[in-house]
Amino acid sequence: MPHDDHDHPHALLPPDPALRVKALETILTRKGLIDPVALDEIIDTYQNKIGPQNGARVVAKAWGDSAFKQALLADATSVVADLGFYGRQGEHIVVVENTPEQHNMVVCTLCSCYPWPLLGIPPGWYKSDAYRARAVREPRKVLAEFGVELTPESSVRVWDSTAEIRYLVLPMRPEGSEGLGEEDLAALVTRDSMIGTGLPKVPS
Amino acid sequence: MTRVHDMGGRFGDGPVTPEAESAPVFAEDWHGRALAVTLAAGFLGQWNIDVSRHARERLSPKDYARFSYYEKWISGLADLLVEKGVLTLDDLSGAGTDDPHPLAARVLKAGTVSGALAKGGPADRASDVPIQFEVGQNVRTVDPAANRLVSGGHTRLPIYASGANGRILRLHGTHVLPDSNAHGLGEAPEPLYAVAFAASELWADPEHPKDEVVLDLWQSYLEPV
Repeated sequence: MPHDDHDHPHALLPPDPALRVKALETILTRKGLIDPVALDEIIDTYQNKIGPQNGARVVAKAWGDSAFKQALLADATSVVADLGFYGRQGEHIVVVENTPEQHNMVVCTLCSCYPWPLLGIPPGWYKSDAYRARAVREPRKVLAEFGVELTPESSVRVWDSTAEIRYLVLPMRPEGSEGLGEEDLAALVTRDSMIGTGLPKVPS
Repeated sequence: MTRVHDMGGRFGDGPVTPEAESAPVFAEDWHGRALAVTLAAGFLGQWNIDVSRHARERLSPKDYARFSYYEKWISGLADLLVEKGVLTLDDLSGAGTDDPHPLAARVLKAGTVSGALAKGGPADRASDVPIQFEVGQNVRTVDPAANRLVSGGHTRLPIYASGANGRILRLHGTHVLPDSNAHGLGEAPEPLYAVAFAASELWADPEHPKDEVVLDLWQSYLEPV
């Protein structure tokens, strides 16, 4: 039987969440079980080094290089690893391509699974009860809340990340982006367009 | 049969409120701290990802609903540290000792973080469970959705997709089975598939006749049709 303890140990820590974290960090540090400088490094990694700019590079490259795109759709894990994007919460990556006929959108209804090496730490809305509950049942209404309207010809495929596979949406290359180089293309790729709740920017 | 985290399809949560893409990664300083403490504690090697997910899922429904995201993380972590014997109840209440801990040799040290995060922890394993389904084949999910090894245990078949007809979209290889791995019963790897379900198979009022939901499901969650 799983241990369903009605007096959960966490209740012994201060109720205020910031103080609760601080208290646990202090206890673990005193016992030599965590190194606070290592914590700073973890925060720095996800605040400054690993984020949606990684995924944008992958998408821009796929837009500009059809051989790369085919390889990406066939085996994204090894292709993005070759670009240096691998690691925690990105050990098994699948890229799904939007077309005029099919729009893809990613959710994790059970928790908050997300392709960290490509997109970083998920935004608050991705982890919210409203998104987790509704994305699978009424994706079009949810998309409308992001300002995205799909045509009636387009079907929606919602990917519920229930295992260790992490999904990245390859959005359609926007009109007017012909002739742009990889860096300019990457600047059009939004985080939400790679989750499937947004579209890439259109070049001005 | 259910736990409160299994909320796919639920009514009543109201609109999604997207924040700007330029919003900070951690809305509060303690959010980043909570994430970092949780990751660093994981490197002590006393549990796996399925155990830690289950610890959050076992928060009482009342706590799960009222806690913000990182409160769930930190509270699930505190419970797990006690359950695994890393900390005592006295430690949490401030009456513990600062004696050197036997696990201190495993501490995630400054300077090793980026390497440790980059290494990851793949979930695919060799398996001798024969592959039962091929791409395109029709399957049905087990009903009710539940851990068949441990009553009330961890599972990754959401309740909204139990007893539903779908078709195999792709085979992901053979992966660690969370239903076993979350409970110290071994990794028990088996085939994992992406399975597509018509929205009309899952919902009374689907938005569009062509819409689908795809879930990653282990072979033991599926039956042939």
